[in-house]
Amino acid sequence: MPDVVLRKLITSTEEIFHEGGPVPATSLRRAAVLAVIENPFAGRYEPDIQGFMEDLKPLGLKMAQRLIDVLGGADQIEGYGKGAMIGEAGELEHGALWHAPGGYAMRQLLDHSNAIVPSTKKVTGVGGRLDVPITHINASYVRSHFDSMEVGANDTPRANEMVLVLVMSTGARIHNRAGGLAAAEIKGEDGLR
Amino acid sequence: MSAKIRKIAVTVEETHREIGRVINPPTRKAVAVAVIENPFAGAYQEDLTVLMDFGAELGALLGQKCVAALGIAPADAQSYGKSAMVGENGELEHAAAILHPKLGAPLRAAVEKGAALVASSKKMGSPGQILDVPLGHKDAAYVRSHFDGIEVRLNDAPRANEIMVAVAVTDSGRPLPRVGGLTHEDAKGEDGLR
Repeated sequence: MPDVVLRKLITSTEEIFHEGGPVPATSLRRAAVLAVIENPFAGRYEPDIQGFMEDLKPLGLKMAQRLIDVLGGADQIEGYGKGAMIGEAGELEHGALWHAPGGYAMRQLLDHSNAIVPSTKKVTGVGGRLDVPITHINASYVRSHFDSMEVGANDTPRANEMVLVLVMSTGARIHNRAGGLAAAEIKGEDGLR
Repeated sequence: MSAKIRKIAVTVEETHREIGRVINPPTRKAVAVAVIENPFAGAYQEDLTVLMDFGAELGALLGQKCVAALGIAPADAQSYGKSAMVGENGELEHAAAILHPKLGAPLRAAVEKGAALVASSKKMGSPGQILDVPLGHKDAAYVRSHFDGIEVRLNDAPRANEIMVAVAVTDSGRPLPRVGGLTHEDAKGEDGLR
């Protein structure tokens, strides 16, 4: 299968102190890492694409480790998500190749990460933006941790590129008060509750 | 009085390839943005001293954030820039008050030296608008390889009563510079120009 040809790596962090309400003792941090790579299948229909998932595994681990590092360690991480943007010479299915290497890279490096990694993907042009969903790493129904992070860059994805994205967060929305299952109440067995 | 910060965002871009060529080591740019409450939103205020003081505070904070995000020694920074985008209840002069009188000195301390003028831009804006931060060499403004820019955008800022303040720092110039002019290596860095 083709090599993973990396053009850019972008790391973004956000630290949120308040959103108009009382300032909590602990701020919320989110981080995203974007890898801009060549789409080896751009410009044609390629029936057999699954081998590229294996090729993406080292990149997934590198990106997940980078997020853990910028957020201060694996024990800080409470939410995650992933996504992909595919340049116009590719197809949506190419973005689906990121599900396994992206998701399992984060789960491999994070303890107690039984929850499915939420995701989104789209075909778009240069400058496209992606709203990457975030949920609790161990129980998908934890309502306080439903969140998202918008990512993108002005020069990506070019037609023959894909932008692969991983996102992690350190906690609940800054003024969360919409009820539902609380992080402190989860069983953490089935990935849901 | 210090700035009331709602959020801080930091982004690092590394370019590993450009138009098929490997960039080794990758060029790297960092931009740090603070979203602050505009204390003068909604009414004309003659004395903008408070915003000038915010500039000093943010020049240090954001400059240090960029240097930390790049993981470099302050002296290894090569170029910098600053920008502000003011939400609709403010005025352009608020950006000027933050950026120009006092932001530069603490930013220069964060990157060491900084003999050159800090390139800047400012605009009025709304949540999700793009702010292009210009970049120029920190010690010699004529270094042509380091004329560049970096875009920042936050989907939720600036709200009407907020100001987005951005500082950008790099440890390198453009990925494949070849339009000549003064080079980083040849710059003296004494007068801020050459």
